Amino acid sequence: MSPVLEARGLHVGFGARSRAAVPPIRAVDGVELAVERGEVLALAGESGCGKTTLARALLGLERPYRGEVRFHGEPLRYTSRALRAYRRRVQLVLQDPTGALNPRRTVYEAIAEGVRIHRLPGDERDLVARALSLAGLRPPERFFARYPHELSGGQRQRVVIAGALALEPEMIVADEPVSSLDASVRGEILALLLSLRDQLGLSVLVVTHDLGLAWNIADRLAVMYLGRIVESGPAEEVLAAPKHPYTTALLSVLPGRTPVILKGETPDPSRVPAGCRFHPRCPALVDGTAQRAGVNGRCVTQELTVLPATGGHRAACLLAGATA
Amino acid sequence: MSLLDIRDLHVTYRVGGGGLPAVRGVDLTVHEGQTVGLAGESGCGKSTMAGAVLRLLPAGTTITGEVRLAGDDVLTMSWGKLRAVRWSAASIVFQGAMHALNPVRRIGTQIAEPILLHDAKATPKTALRRAGELLERVGVPAWRAQSYPHELSGGQRQRAMIAMALACSPKLIIADEPTTALDVMVQAQVLALLAEVVEEQRVGLLLISHDLSVLSASCDRIAVMYAGRVVEEGPGHELFTAPRHPYARALAAAFPVIGDPVSRRAPKGLPGDPPDPRELPPGCPFHPRCPDVVADCREVDVRLSAPDNGRRAACVHTGGVR
Repeated sequence: MSPVLEARGLHVGFGARSRAAVPPIRAVDGVELAVERGEVLALAGESGCGKTTLARALLGLERPYRGEVRFHGEPLRYTSRALRAYRRRVQLVLQDPTGALNPRRTVYEAIAEGVRIHRLPGDERDLVARALSLAGLRPPERFFARYPHELSGGQRQRVVIAGALALEPEMIVADEPVSSLDASVRGEILALLLSLRDQLGLSVLVVTHDLGLAWNIADRLAVMYLGRIVESGPAEEVLAAPKHPYTTALLSVLPGRTPVILKGETPDPSRVPAGCRFHPRCPALVDGTAQRAGVNGRCVTQELTVLPATGGHRAACLLAGATA
Repeated sequence: MSLLDIRDLHVTYRVGGGGLPAVRGVDLTVHEGQTVGLAGESGCGKSTMAGAVLRLLPAGTTITGEVRLAGDDVLTMSWGKLRAVRWSAASIVFQGAMHALNPVRRIGTQIAEPILLHDAKATPKTALRRAGELLERVGVPAWRAQSYPHELSGGQRQRAMIAMALACSPKLIIADEPTTALDVMVQAQVLALLAEVVEEQRVGLLLISHDLSVLSASCDRIAVMYAGRVVEEGPGHELFTAPRHPYARALAAAFPVIGDPVSRRAPKGLPGDPPDPRELPPGCPFHPRCPDVVADCREVDVRLSAPDNGRRAACVHTGGVR
């Protein structure tokens, strides 16, 4: 059975002069990714690594200049009619629930809007009530007439999730769903995402910079750096025994560990370095690990292969045995 | 003498004719060379504490108690004295550097401003040179003084805010969620920088965050606030690894330890929401959300226990004072 959603050789860029030209900014630069039915996949990386662009391309909000997005094995079509049907089945949940809700609309209106746009069959009130209670806002009638400012941050995020659930999607793409929420609310929202997967068989793609979130809910984890997936595999394996020096560094800065602090910030996708794209910041090159393994020369010259979408724990690093 | 000594601080905002008690009797001390963490959720009063230290709260706010900064009470100080104290005795690094910096003025000019205000001998030229040195000090190239805030990355802007906070060599720095909007790696860079400043310049640092795991890694002591009061206080590492108050326990569990099988596929939250400060529940304000609630909790407004090995908690289960 084919995965629910797939990226195949996906390239998304910005700033191209024409549709045919290769864009100067390569935000997503060759990504293979697959989300199975009922799977929670976490896509992790720093700001500017391309994770949000990748998520947007998967939702059909950005059009790739090379490669394709597949939904149940079928290439995504970019006509407005096809996209509308697609977006009902793959729903987006944004980071900041306060910004995602219209402050002058009641909770009922916010959720009913999608139901009306997609002309869902059935009684609107029932659909809204069902979505609210799935999102943990019970009894739902109590929330119908509320405005966003009357709700707490956690309740607002539940309303946003209810808005997505009202359309009975197969998949939810959540971009940093808890990063603007308080610590105590965070766990509640993550638990909700897990229970939706268990109850409804939803697939979930969570875009995050928070590896703890991946430990909390993800089945699989893909770590992205400068437009590419640099490490992927079952979440336990990647987090317990990272193979890529970038993942190792990201994990090392968590409290209670010995930090390997990388210099600088995520580099510029308009100037992707030659060889391994992480080499200018790689601690394994600085401390001589790469030299002892005899790969330091190739690190700066040899382009690495793109990691496959499925399968076991792998890293795009010469030290981890990746070859071109 | 301690750098910052807060005694029985109460802060009540005026909201639409009524009062909103944001801080309800807090004691807190910061010594030089010490990093103290203040943890809690939005609305618990932690940012109000920061504002009260430099009297940055809106007009009409009622503040009682004592806030002693190197011995002088900030709350009764004259305006002239207060202006002299701000930046030079204590400075604040605000949350969200994009909004705290003026978008239409160059970084260097903004850092030079407090220097010119506080150092009578400074000229615009020397102040700008000093701004460049401060930027270098926090790991931003000095030529960035010529840049506007939007030309800097998020991490560089937060570093520039720290440079500004250091401009007048204050003894106390208050950092209100300094890393919240930043990536993990940049967050680690900024926290390492703050730790270095504390170490080298022996300043006192009051670090405010909702992330207890971040605080535990950098703080000597942590105070956890709930509904305007400190509900637990103790050494940073111990408080995080073995919290006593059920609220502190929930905060500590909210951020999982990767590799700990207990939290794998089991995110931990705390049901319910913080109470409205205008309608606090009777008894312990945490009781409606508390997993360990007993009959007493609904009636007794429990206060912090006497210190036991440097630890205090306001809970009936751990000897809180009735």
